[in-house]
Amino acid sequence: MNGRPITEDDLHAYVDGVLDIARNAEVAVYLDTHPDVARRVEGFSSQRDLLRAALAPIADEPIPSQLHLARIIEARRSRRVPAWWAAAAALLLCVGGLGGWWLRGAGLPASGGIAALAQEAADSYNVYAPDHVQPVEMRASQQAQFVDWISQRVHRPMAVPDLSASGYRLMGGRLIATSHGPAAMLMYDDDHGTRLVMLARPMAADQTAPMSLHSQGAVSGFTWADRGMGYSLVGATEPGLLRPIADEVRRKTAPI
Amino acid sequence: MNDMLRIIEPMIPSLRRYARALVGSHATADDLVQDCLERAVSRWHQRRGDGDARPWMFTILHNLAVNQFRQAAARGSHLSIDDADENALCLEAVQEKRLLYNDVLLKLAALPDEQRSVILLIAVEELSYADAARVLDIPVGTVMSRLSRARERLQQEVEGRANGASRKIAQLRSIR
Repeated sequence: MNGRPITEDDLHAYVDGVLDIARNAEVAVYLDTHPDVARRVEGFSSQRDLLRAALAPIADEPIPSQLHLARIIEARRSRRVPAWWAAAAALLLCVGGLGGWWLRGAGLPASGGIAALAQEAADSYNVYAPDHVQPVEMRASQQAQFVDWISQRVHRPMAVPDLSASGYRLMGGRLIATSHGPAAMLMYDDDHGTRLVMLARPMAADQTAPMSLHSQGAVSGFTWADRGMGYSLVGATEPGLLRPIADEVRRKTAPI
Repeated sequence: MNDMLRIIEPMIPSLRRYARALVGSHATADDLVQDCLERAVSRWHQRRGDGDARPWMFTILHNLAVNQFRQAAARGSHLSIDDADENALCLEAVQEKRLLYNDVLLKLAALPDEQRSVILLIAVEELSYADAARVLDIPVGTVMSRLSRARERLQQEVEGRANGASRKIAQLRSIR
């Protein structure tokens, strides 16, 4: 053995196959004469093989459509906006930022995040979905009027996603009071009378958050936030069936 | 645009694998990868021309995952419903291998987040020690000590459980 002693780092580099040829040979010689260390290294090697084999199937799965890169690039390209719009958005962000700062100054917990939104959406569903007299304030026939009014109240241009591809029609919507400000509620139903509620409002906390699932009994919801706007889709529907609809809503409400 | 597609697209399978093995939940992992891809697309021009894109992508993904862990911790059990996706890591495999695979994945999931990330980046995603240090934003020496601790602990767990698991199987068979 010439010179440098074998270190713990060498053993790991040996396992990972990243040593140069000379050093690799030195480690191999060392292991020949140290059976205890050799056993440990062998254990690490088989652990490495096992992990790789166990996780390999994930990389072999077909890529889900939400991760199609060409589509993500295209969505971004089509999102390019006129300058006045960008200025308006910047102004809104400033207002949102100041609001958040003020709240923090007042010593309140940042409880307006997507967990709160999910709860508000579930509450709205529980109150309005069973209502057969006046589930919505404004019906789908007055959609343009509703969009103008609701956009004014939540201080954001509201999109009304078309979910007809998933078999759901817009019934209408209403304004909801939450402790985090006004929220827009949309209600949809399908041919079986199954109702879904979507709640959207500007977010002070969790301005961007990945989609998460919430369930209470038979009622499930998916909630997420995208650049300052939070969304929650709730229904008495299997999460597996609700999820693609939530993805569709997310696609169709992506900021202009 | 074209080189972005050409460079990033082949990485998506391994980004998905890293995210899922790190956070455990199938849906949360794919959401993280989606956020990662959107960020990469919007910041592609900020990437230094000489840098390798792979560690850059893993850095974005890793930071998103860490934020996710923090939010989940802040929300307490709130996210646990999504994460209770018990089968997220239970993969289709040949019957005899499945137990072995599921066992090592459960043990992996039980490691501290920082040990799990280092072993995944190096042993599975084959990042160099220097690149793993960049992704995790820690010195290479720390990468090596975490890797060593992670391997040691996982090995103890796997060996401990292997005996228990085979006993359990034997019992199940004898009852039948």
